[in-house]
Amino acid sequence: MSTIDPAQTDLGYTDPDPRRSGPLDRLPGIVLPVVSVLLAFAVGGILIWLQGVNPLEAYAVLFSNALGTPEGLVRVMQKSTPLILTGLAVTIGLRAGLFNIGAQGQLLVGAIGTAWAGYHFQMPLIIHIPFALAFGILCGAAWASIAGVLRAYRSVSEVITTIMLNAIAIALVDYLASEPLKEEGQPLTRTPAIADTAALPAFGIVPSGFILAIVVAVFFGWFLSRTTQGFRFNTVGLNPSAARYAGMSVKKTIVLAMAVSGGLAGLGGAVETLGVTGRFEPAFNAGLGFDGITIALLARANPIAAIPAALLIGTLRTGGAALQFQTGIEPEVVDVILAITLLFVSAPLVARLLFRNRNIKQTTVTKGWGA
Amino acid sequence: MSAKWAYTLAAIISALIVIAFVLDQVRTVSVLEFSLRYAVPLILAAMVGIICERSGVINIGIEGQMLMSAFAGFFGAAATGNLILGTLIGVGTGMILGAFLAVGAVTWKMDQIIAGTVINILAVGLTSFFYVQGQVLPGTTPTVTIPGLSSIPLIGPVVFSNGLFTYAALIIPLLLWVLLFKTRWGLRTRSVGEKPSASDTSGIGVQSFRFWNVMLAGLLAGMAGAYLSIEAAGTFERGFTAGRGFTALAIMIFGAWNPIGALAAAFFFGLTEGVASQLQADEVVAIPQQFINMLPYVLTIVLLAIVSGRVKPPAAVGRPYEKD
Repeated sequence: MSTIDPAQTDLGYTDPDPRRSGPLDRLPGIVLPVVSVLLAFAVGGILIWLQGVNPLEAYAVLFSNALGTPEGLVRVMQKSTPLILTGLAVTIGLRAGLFNIGAQGQLLVGAIGTAWAGYHFQMPLIIHIPFALAFGILCGAAWASIAGVLRAYRSVSEVITTIMLNAIAIALVDYLASEPLKEEGQPLTRTPAIADTAALPAFGIVPSGFILAIVVAVFFGWFLSRTTQGFRFNTVGLNPSAARYAGMSVKKTIVLAMAVSGGLAGLGGAVETLGVTGRFEPAFNAGLGFDGITIALLARANPIAAIPAALLIGTLRTGGAALQFQTGIEPEVVDVILAITLLFVSAPLVARLLFRNRNIKQTTVTKGWGA
Repeated sequence: MSAKWAYTLAAIISALIVIAFVLDQVRTVSVLEFSLRYAVPLILAAMVGIICERSGVINIGIEGQMLMSAFAGFFGAAATGNLILGTLIGVGTGMILGAFLAVGAVTWKMDQIIAGTVINILAVGLTSFFYVQGQVLPGTTPTVTIPGLSSIPLIGPVVFSNGLFTYAALIIPLLLWVLLFKTRWGLRTRSVGEKPSASDTSGIGVQSFRFWNVMLAGLLAGMAGAYLSIEAAGTFERGFTAGRGFTALAIMIFGAWNPIGALAAAFFFGLTEGVASQLQADEVVAIPQQFINMLPYVLTIVLLAIVSGRVKPPAAVGRPYEKD
């Protein structure tokens, strides 16, 4: 909570005591998430088996549909793109000591903002795409800043405000898509389609949004470990009073970190709109933000590790959709698997089984009610 | 918020209600009934938050505890064909999830907010996976009308003619207030949440006190959930609790971690929502439905921004207890 540990390279781990460590202790950052995922698959398998379906067959259907065909691979990449970005959004927050549960709302606001920027303007492609993306980032950042400012200047817990802002965003975008931004002459609640000049192209089968997300993840990996501002984020996250003592403005850092976090979630919505859906429709984006929490914790708040974590979840979500009509298993089994993964990766239960070093530090990122 | 302000606000609101009652009896009673129905799960859930936080544990998982209890209560009642059994299943589920949080946040000393978030995500996953369409409850819950008291104008029909959970939600805050501030359990609970090292020195088992309190609070979360699916709606849908567990935390803060304060705050929330719905239904104001839906969430943020810094959380809340 208020200890700063220079050896703490990523969340939750101190250097294991060499005298007490076993062979697995050297790689806790990789071993723990992998084992947690495998155990969660086992629990999911039991649920599938209870429904009278062979779990191995169900998983074979899931993975072959997601990874076995080029179309499946494209969908996996498309699904993973906003997930990488919302995972990064939660990650940046966690590193600065903020628990942004509002990636969902920020993503929605970013998505509808981008849709508007995409259909309302006529511009050449080279300007239109960056403009629409930037507008989405701005919307997400502004939305998250409400929570950031309240946290920094009024000590209101960002956990509650971001959850409330999620609910407000859901109602707000529903209103916008059904009244002022609605496509005319359509019974559906949705915005008009974006202009061709705003649509993100694909390179072969690789969507450009996916490449963008990976570049952004690598950038933030560099940003957090190699820049002054990244150092400020980490310091404020690990020990706000030390940060204050070192002359950093904790309040400004909190507002900035929250805005960056929201901007990333907004970018997730923007890329989804310009690259996949082509317009805004409220039903399109359900649940993407909450997977961001699972991704960030699975990746132990490491931006680069968010990429494989998001790919895994993207694969499960893509393949899960096929489970329904091929085996009769509800696709929500994926939600259960993810929740159990989150449990195993964040509770010490699995870590205690795996590692001989019992002093593994708990992931402690949150500061209670505005300390 | 200082007590003086709170009393003034309560007095003004009460006066307005009486004036409204004189002007339009039917509508006033209907708005108040709506407000109370809206407030019941918030009151119960806020009590969960108060018990946990007074003991030093943040419970952000109330939402998930309620959702699972609403689910288990509803499908338990539908499967067994027995409302009482279903209710017990719902309440029991709440307590199991209370124990779940207690193990994570107290025994394992997990980050308390992450432990609660795990419950929330797990609840969404499990309740949507096991959700079955087309189930119905075997009956409706009884409305208990208290003779005599229910014929008092205004208060009678609103307060003294309700389901059992509603009475529970009105009595439990008073009970909890007495327990917290007038009994040994209450003193110990508060000490464990304010200065656990001092409690430990004086021989109170900090860990076990926190564990039992968090687990028992789960029982109230179970009641809130069972109320929603069995008494209030008579059905269950995915994502049924709609953020009430989080609103309850705001109500807890707004009520300054005091059960009576939270009771008043929850009713204030209900009243705001009730008045807005009535105004919209009467077409007095042409507000789109989405804005009415937003209202409780906007109100939560605005109120938190106003009262934060003026009320103080228990000093040790959010920190797992480590012996020195």
